Amino acid sequence: MAATLPARLGHAASHADSPQQPLDIYVQGLHKRYGHRRVLRDVSLAVPSGSITVLFGPNGAGKTTLLRILAGLLRPDGGEVCVAGCRLPAERSLLHARVGFASHQPLLYPDLTVEENLRFYAELFALPQATYAVERALDLVGLAPRRRDPVRTLSRGLQQRAALARAILHDPPVLLLDEPDTGLDDPGLEVLHRLLRLPAAGGGPSGRPRTVLLTTHSLERGLALADRVLLLLDGRIAGEWPAGPEITDELRARYRAGKP
Amino acid sequence: MNCVRGTGLVNPEGWNQAPRPVWRKSTVCVLRQLRALLWKDLVLEYRTRELLSAMGVFGLLTLVVFNFALDLRAESGEAVIPGVLWSSIAFAGVLGLGRSFAQERDRGSLDGLLLAPVDRGLIYLAKVLANALFMLAAEVVLLGALAILFNLDVLRPALLTPMLLGTLGLAGAGTLLAAVAANTRAREILLPVLLFPLLTPVVIGAVQTTGAVLFGAPLQGTPPWSALLVTYNAVIVALSYIMFDAVLED
Repeated sequence: MAATLPARLGHAASHADSPQQPLDIYVQGLHKRYGHRRVLRDVSLAVPSGSITVLFGPNGAGKTTLLRILAGLLRPDGGEVCVAGCRLPAERSLLHARVGFASHQPLLYPDLTVEENLRFYAELFALPQATYAVERALDLVGLAPRRRDPVRTLSRGLQQRAALARAILHDPPVLLLDEPDTGLDDPGLEVLHRLLRLPAAGGGPSGRPRTVLLTTHSLERGLALADRVLLLLDGRIAGEWPAGPEITDELRARYRAGKP
Repeated sequence: MNCVRGTGLVNPEGWNQAPRPVWRKSTVCVLRQLRALLWKDLVLEYRTRELLSAMGVFGLLTLVVFNFALDLRAESGEAVIPGVLWSSIAFAGVLGLGRSFAQERDRGSLDGLLLAPVDRGLIYLAKVLANALFMLAAEVVLLGALAILFNLDVLRPALLTPMLLGTLGLAGAGTLLAAVAANTRAREILLPVLLFPLLTPVVIGAVQTTGAVLFGAPLQGTPPWSALLVTYNAVIVALSYIMFDAVLED
């Protein structure tokens, strides 16, 4: 599932820990425009397999656009993108079987129950044991008691849990999460933390740690989760650090400055 | 059955030289996905009744307005009623078609669909089937009203052909353009402006065949309208299936 990191890959390669470390997300020279506005400028990054990478950035920095491109929802204007071994946009359909995506919108049908939503997506993913997958996802996010409630009747935090259940339903080896902590209370955040550390059972070698790229506005929450930290400012990767207490001050200063 | 299987891509030479993923998609999987997409639209409509009620009421109102405007009980009714029926169906259909993708986009569920390993053409086909079913349900109401208002015998099996072919043409073209229009701010205006010119062959063909069934109007010496409808439907559905991926892009 993972690609390895060839030495010739240049900028993105310099970000990884080892020249032969397997990568699940690899981006080189990515550009994206909305009309005349350049949203992403020459973005290069590499996310090693099994790591949790947290992408920080102020509003409008391009985080959501970057994650939507990585999830195959947007077409890049230029650059190379390889996620979970799939080159984008050419191998988008295969990518969707290997990647789970959740954003601050639930992406669910409000008039279907939680269970109906998950069963619907289980059918779209043509999961071999759809009932088991739905039960497992419901249990993991703690929504089993509310399974028969229409999504529109759930609170914002419970809707976000349902969205997380949808994202992990097919047990993907790679998770892309755009502000997944939106609306979550403390028990909800515990669920999120547990999900992020849960190995992918079916998407790769048994027990293989999941690769996660997530965005959040909470520095404390993000740093508590992260193995690696990226900072996106004005459409450019402005810094990359391995997790550790020493990065906090520098990250905080550059994040607040808001310019690359 | 799993729809998608791929080879591992770990390769010491780097990802550019990695073995290409293998697509294996069985007919069973595609049918399972199509069934799920259709089930979703039918259940949502059953619970909300947004499209059916809007199409039914609007179609009836159009029929009544035409009735007063054209005096359909007069002798001219025979020549005009099929046209009035299909105009009402087209107006009501546009209303329902416009909502079909706008709803998906407004509630954010379209992204959820696009994140699943489903051919986008299959999403189009499922929407066409669902929209055609909703339109057929509204047409049952309109035909009932036509029977009551003008004392017409609409319980003729032969009427199924023009109704099914015309509805499929409307739904086929309308679903594609509804997806195009849903991306724009002026979608309520854009859909009818784009759709009605494209529907001209369908409406003409459906009116002619419906008139022939209802009033026994001669079809000899005229173009083979049913064949025209079949050809139009095949072309529009096939083209839309191919183009739908590009329509949903960005």
